[in-house]
Amino acid sequence: MSAALAQVETHPTAANDVADARHALLHFITCGSVDDGKSTLIGRLLFEANAVPDDVLDTLRTDSAAIGNASGVLDYSLLVDGLQAEREQGITIDVAYRYFATPRRSFIVADTPGHEQYTRNMATGASGADLAIILIDARKGVLPQTRRHSLIVSLVGVRHVVVAINKIDLVGCNEAVVRAIEADYRGAVAALGFEMITVIPVSARNGDNIARHSELTPWYDGPTLLGWLERVRTDRNVVAAGFAMPVQWVNRPDPDFRGFAGAIASGFIAPGDEVVALPSGVKAKVARIVTFEGDLAAAGAGQAVTLTLDRDIDVSRGDVLISAAASAARAATVRTEIVVQLFVTADRSIGAGDSFIVQVGAATASAQVVEVLHATDVESFARRTAVRLALNDLGHVRLRLDRSLAITPYSVLRELGALILIDRLTNGTAAMGIVAADPAEADGNRVVAFRRAAGRTLEYTMGPQWRQEIAPAATWRLGSAVLLGTIVTIVTGNPAWGLAAALLDAALRPLLRLTHRRIWAVLRQRAHRQRDILSDGGGI
Amino acid sequence: MIQLTHLQKLEAEAIYIFREAVATSERPVLLYSVGKDSSVLLHLARKAFHPAPPPFPLLHVDTLWEPREIASFRDELVQRLNLDLIIQVNQDGVAAGVNPITSGSRIHTDVMKTVALKQALDAHRFDCAFGGARRDEEKSRAKERIFSHRTPDHRWDPKNQRPEPWRLFNTRKRKGESFRVFPLSNWTELDVWTYIKHERIDVVPLYFAAPRPVVEREGALIVRDDDRMPLLPGEVERIRTVRFRTLGCYPLTGAVASEARTVAEVIAELKSAPVSERQGRLIDHDGAGSMEQKKQEGYF
Repeated sequence: MSAALAQVETHPTAANDVADARHALLHFITCGSVDDGKSTLIGRLLFEANAVPDDVLDTLRTDSAAIGNASGVLDYSLLVDGLQAEREQGITIDVAYRYFATPRRSFIVADTPGHEQYTRNMATGASGADLAIILIDARKGVLPQTRRHSLIVSLVGVRHVVVAINKIDLVGCNEAVVRAIEADYRGAVAALGFEMITVIPVSARNGDNIARHSELTPWYDGPTLLGWLERVRTDRNVVAAGFAMPVQWVNRPDPDFRGFAGAIASGFIAPGDEVVALPSGVKAKVARIVTFEGDLAAAGAGQAVTLTLDRDIDVSRGDVLISAAASAARAATVRTEIVVQLFVTADRSIGAGDSFIVQVGAATASAQVVEVLHATDVESFARRTAVRLALNDLGHVRLRLDRSLAITPYSVLRELGALILIDRLTNGTAAMGIVAADPAEADGNRVVAFRRAAGRTLEYTMGPQWRQEIAPAATWRLGSAVLLGTIVTIVTGNPAWGLAAALLDAALRPLLRLTHRRIWAVLRQRAHRQRDILSDGGGI
Repeated sequence: MIQLTHLQKLEAEAIYIFREAVATSERPVLLYSVGKDSSVLLHLARKAFHPAPPPFPLLHVDTLWEPREIASFRDELVQRLNLDLIIQVNQDGVAAGVNPITSGSRIHTDVMKTVALKQALDAHRFDCAFGGARRDEEKSRAKERIFSHRTPDHRWDPKNQRPEPWRLFNTRKRKGESFRVFPLSNWTELDVWTYIKHERIDVVPLYFAAPRPVVEREGALIVRDDDRMPLLPGEVERIRTVRFRTLGCYPLTGAVASEARTVAEVIAELKSAPVSERQGRLIDHDGAGSMEQKKQEGYF
């Protein structure tokens, strides 16, 4: 367990306190098909939260009469359908962000396209979200695109889902219909690992169960949609990764100052802490945490800071400073080959031999696709063999990088496990990807899995530079075992005793070293936990 | 774990955006309109690069029709903070006699703002321009990326925007192409004011209520900053207590009747405000989708 996680447990934070929830921000995404009434739902939420100013409502009344497709009733979708081209086509083609607040909470809504050809925009909108509203038309039930949207939000790490079953007035507000859709949906997404699925029957057009419980659904005793959004807690599980900060920019205003500016991705840091610069593996201690308001005594995940080090080591944009403590060193590994789950976002296909620029955090490298391992059907979730991945396709590929980068699986640390591939010719973003939890898991290769596990253990005991140190360390180990065996043979006069001693020495000593290191790692973590942390962050 | 407040998160995000843009561009510039969003933007830029000064100049596109207080506030600030400021005036427009009174709002804004901005970006070969636009301001802005790609002739293609998953900004561009970068994308008007209060950022006094000479025109309260704006038949100039929510050329920008004389009072007013921020801007009402059209042509 990392120090960061320990802090979460020992200091109940504002998010745990309902009274303070209004300061918490909920970032959610809405997903639905072309005419499930998604824009209407968002417009309705804005309206119910009193987030629509009078002059905008006036414009809405004139616009509803001019373009709207429903007569007499206000067309709330016009509040959110921003671009001219979309208005004419009657569909939302891009991600639009909306901001509103109720007395209890602030919200950022990513309104994303439902149409299949714009699934990439949905993936973009989902990548920052804490929660997803999956919209289902009560008349149609769970559709293939419902499954596609659910898969994509689960891939980018959304753990909380609200299933809004819309247009319930059109099925006579029938409980059996809603329950059947709920059972259907829960079955369809069972494999996706959502933490919480909340099903709410609504009518976005008429406002049923949006902010007030509807008289038409007396059988429904769950929360209203807005009530649930205000209340739901989506605190992300902090995975133990220790301190990590990708360096964005080297700040050198004069020859005496050399600071490394970046946003802390995980853990926390204080002056005196030892860090390792990856991929070089060179160590240094943090001298100062510099900010506009003055130096900080400590800083943690989410803060934008500038660090200075106690000695002049070579660090540039794209390098990652991580805690030298063993736990962090284990989390981030320096790699030139990765297995990535890609989602193709450009109008070109991706296959073996293709070359891209890969961007992870602030680092870029040249990346070549070694092979496409398989594609995943976004509607049936089944894997199939594939040679190339086309626009909106999802699949696993193996990438080889032209230089080593500090990388973690996406499930460990998003900042070092999420990437984009950039097309060299168009400069467009060809794909977004997440680093698979374990390369072996993706292709089922036990040899690779064993090699990785062995690599991690060696890294743990010998540090990130174990590759350079392994040969001298091995000869030294063997040499001393042989020496011990020789001495025992001379003393006892029995070569068998000598051989036994040599073998025992060769096997036991590395094990003792590993145990010794673990004890120290635990002691260091305890010391970290007791350190006092600024509760206000010292930022603003 | 250190729990950051909503504003601290927005601040950290803006600083992150500033650093990404500066690290990946050759000639960045900050578009400084002297408004409240620009003031916050400048403050964040100073934080992002501390202890270095912001590694880019400020650019103010002066239409020559902004309230006089804007220039005096700007000059005082630039001197106090020792900033590098470029003032751009479209001299061709001046020579052609373009003005908001006889040319109309559309031509004046296009020539003195959009064209002037392009002139400055081209003349200095800026490849990255920071702006204070927020997505909550206007519907077409809600879809704009944080790193908004522009062609060599400064056009925005809303249908061909790069996805921005996580915080991975693809900043690659060809020669001549540029980015408009919006660090305040996720801020709301209320966030901006709350931050101004928290950080004690100076803003132009035009944002606070004071007695000013007001003419009512097409439902908007126009503060007659000088006598270049003639009164139409039947119009009378009266002293009324008003303030601005948004700034621009004075004949085109409506004030709001308000008694809010301090930042705290402005925040209290906003929390109960029944109208949107850009309502005072006459140029936004040229027709449905008018802002989107201007943006495609290179308006900020």
